[in-house]
Amino acid sequence: MELLIRNGFVYDPINGVDGEKMDIAVKDGKIVEKLDGRRARKIDASGMIVMPGGVDIHTHIAGSEVNTGRLLRPEDHFKDVERKTPKTRSGVGYSIPSTFTTGYRYARMGYTTIMNPSMPPLEAKHTHQELNDTPMVDKATYPLLGDWWFVLEHLEQGEIEELARHVAWMLTTTKGYAIKIVNPGGLEAWGFGQNVHSLDDQVPRFCVTPREIIRGLCKVNKLLKLPHTIHVHTNNLGQPGNYITAIETMRCVEDLAPESRPAIHITHCQFSCFKGDDWRTLESGAEEIANYVNCHSHVTMDMGQVIFGNTTTMTADGPFQFGLSELTGNKWVNHDVETETSAGIVPFNYRRKSYVHATQWSIGLELALLIKDPWKIFMTTDHPNAGPFTYYPRIIAWLMSRKAREATMKRINHRARSKSLLPSITRELGFYEIAVVTRAGQARALGLENKGHLGVGADADIAIYNVNPEKIDPARKYKTARRAFKHAAYTIKGGEIVVKNDEIFKHVEGATMWLDVRTSEPAKITDDMKRKFREYWTVEYENYPVTEDYLEISHPKTLKADV
Amino acid sequence: MVNLYPLTGFKLPITAECISPDIFQSKKRDEIRELKVWEGNKQKALRELFKVEDGKAGEMSITVNGDLSKVRRIGAFMTAGEILINGNVGMHLGEEMKGGKIAVNGNVGGWAGSMMKGGEIEIHGNVSDYLGAPYRGSKEGISGGRIVVYGNVGNEAGAHMKKGMLKIYGCAGQFAGFRMRDGTIYVRKDCQARVGACMVDGKIVVGGFLESILPTFTIDSVKAKVKIEEGETVEGPLYVFLGDLAEEGNGKLYVSKEKNLHLSSHEKFL
Repeated sequence: MELLIRNGFVYDPINGVDGEKMDIAVKDGKIVEKLDGRRARKIDASGMIVMPGGVDIHTHIAGSEVNTGRLLRPEDHFKDVERKTPKTRSGVGYSIPSTFTTGYRYARMGYTTIMNPSMPPLEAKHTHQELNDTPMVDKATYPLLGDWWFVLEHLEQGEIEELARHVAWMLTTTKGYAIKIVNPGGLEAWGFGQNVHSLDDQVPRFCVTPREIIRGLCKVNKLLKLPHTIHVHTNNLGQPGNYITAIETMRCVEDLAPESRPAIHITHCQFSCFKGDDWRTLESGAEEIANYVNCHSHVTMDMGQVIFGNTTTMTADGPFQFGLSELTGNKWVNHDVETETSAGIVPFNYRRKSYVHATQWSIGLELALLIKDPWKIFMTTDHPNAGPFTYYPRIIAWLMSRKAREATMKRINHRARSKSLLPSITRELGFYEIAVVTRAGQARALGLENKGHLGVGADADIAIYNVNPEKIDPARKYKTARRAFKHAAYTIKGGEIVVKNDEIFKHVEGATMWLDVRTSEPAKITDDMKRKFREYWTVEYENYPVTEDYLEISHPKTLKADV
Repeated sequence: MVNLYPLTGFKLPITAECISPDIFQSKKRDEIRELKVWEGNKQKALRELFKVEDGKAGEMSITVNGDLSKVRRIGAFMTAGEILINGNVGMHLGEEMKGGKIAVNGNVGGWAGSMMKGGEIEIHGNVSDYLGAPYRGSKEGISGGRIVVYGNVGNEAGAHMKKGMLKIYGCAGQFAGFRMRDGTIYVRKDCQARVGACMVDGKIVVGGFLESILPTFTIDSVKAKVKIEEGETVEGPLYVFLGDLAEEGNGKLYVSKEKNLHLSSHEKFL
């Protein structure tokens, strides 16, 4: 199928296109130089902006944890029901939407690629089956490897090369895309009701420290030449004073960074950016973190921006979720995933008038605005932890308009407002920078060569928003920009129009991307390892791997590593 | 204002949020006839299911006559006016209503007055489970208003209640006032077990036989009478229990001494 998008204002940061009026030609799902055929379907995008399809680097949308959240919260769904239409399936929202609704809602905001960031390897099959049922978007998932017993054992013995082969085997076995590390060491400790509190605490029963886990896996990441960096949820997350831990975490891999590429991704950094001794003295540590990131090139991060209102928090960080349930008194789920990781789920309400919540809201935006290079910080809400992804347009408005920030600031807690750095920040992002933080930067950080840009040969994933950058100043008319980003005029996925005027035009399935890492020697599968599977896992070694037929549309990326 | 009559006996569940004085108020009869309701998974116009007739002019009231036991969410979100139902009615009656009055001469399904914030519901019949209780999983109990039932009610009446008044002149099922935080529940007749489980504050008065008291309640005193509201007092003597201690609660549970001889063993702890 041929498609010609005419006269749009194109924002394509990877190729340096900044609002130029030009045509985009699409043929057979790819972007091409030009079309000669008169048969091409034409889209008149005059007065609209054209961007690559959105990419979300961190959003919990599938897996047993998300599904348990759905079961835990019937009250989350019953006011947000989507009925079946001739083109779409029925579903429910709100903070943990059902799989189909997730796909539709992302597509209606112009998103075409999303990453599910935490998959306990044991639940890989479940996660992939849910991802299969998430339509409209391409997706991938990151297995949790920071507290995986074999990783800890290899690190204990200092066998980095063998660990690299093992991680390669794990990525291929679970059909994962990147190494996810959550509260390194803490989750293993949580299995015994403990936690680790600094980078140099010893992990109980293992002779390793969180620092060694992060450094070890960072080295592995480099050896295997994985497209994304290690994806780290820091220790002490959500505790006052933790910005020091976050800076130490970034610092500990400073020397491992390859020259031109980052070495670590700190995810939902807002939660790791608290200064102060306790909740009463909580302050923003955004300035310190931003100063560090501005001076170093080996870090990328995402915001984890708080949205006021009701949501569901879910992380693999069991001890943190326990603390949260104690703090709120809300119902919660705790899960110790055998020898791999843990998990917790707690419903949460971010209130404007709460000092802590309002400060958290401010921290996310301070981070995004104080870090000068938009290629280093990306827009997320850590869906659904800090807020549902459907609120992304609101964050775009806050980033683009000081007026929008001030309007919200008027309604938040007094003390938080007086301590916030936001009133002193005048920076307002333009459409070009928004394109970086919502798609181009994320695609580059993920090493997705064919996504996040509109160059020749890229996947034809395109979003068109009905806002005219020549006529509308988003800093002043932020509501218009917000509406435009909320309701995409067109979303094009793989060269096909899937959304038109905020309505699903065509239901398409997305592919699951995963890494097929070929090492020069295969990972050692010893009898001892098989014995451990038999003794400590509920799933036998033979049944453990996710075979390729589990993936409805499989897009492997083959890598060759010299280990 | 408007009288409604069901055209047939309904077989499928009907969701009819539109039957509410707020929505009817500014509309002409023809517009009312075209309002949308769901019958099963099909959307239909109100006229296809109900006969719509003009009632008394000027008054903000709706009268529905007939068996509505399949019709859900009547009067949901209403803020003013009156609905009179002569017949049985289905689930979620007056859900999240903020004001006005609903009167029913018949039996009512589950979740009547769920999450209500104000107004009044008067039921001359029996009520199923979850009277005034929030939707499953939610903690948003009644935060205002009054519900009066002249018949019996099912389980979990007034769960998560935050404020307001629940008067039951018949019997109540299990778990009345479950996780209650404030407000008043009065059960004139008998009440099944586990009343006030996990309550933190508020008042529950049982005038009849109460099967048993949870072990997490402690006896406080014996009182001669207790006031329900202005103009209504229950004469005792009544045992006063405090609980639920498992939640460090300070709720008060008044139980008639005369009807509950089996609770006399608690007196030795006074």
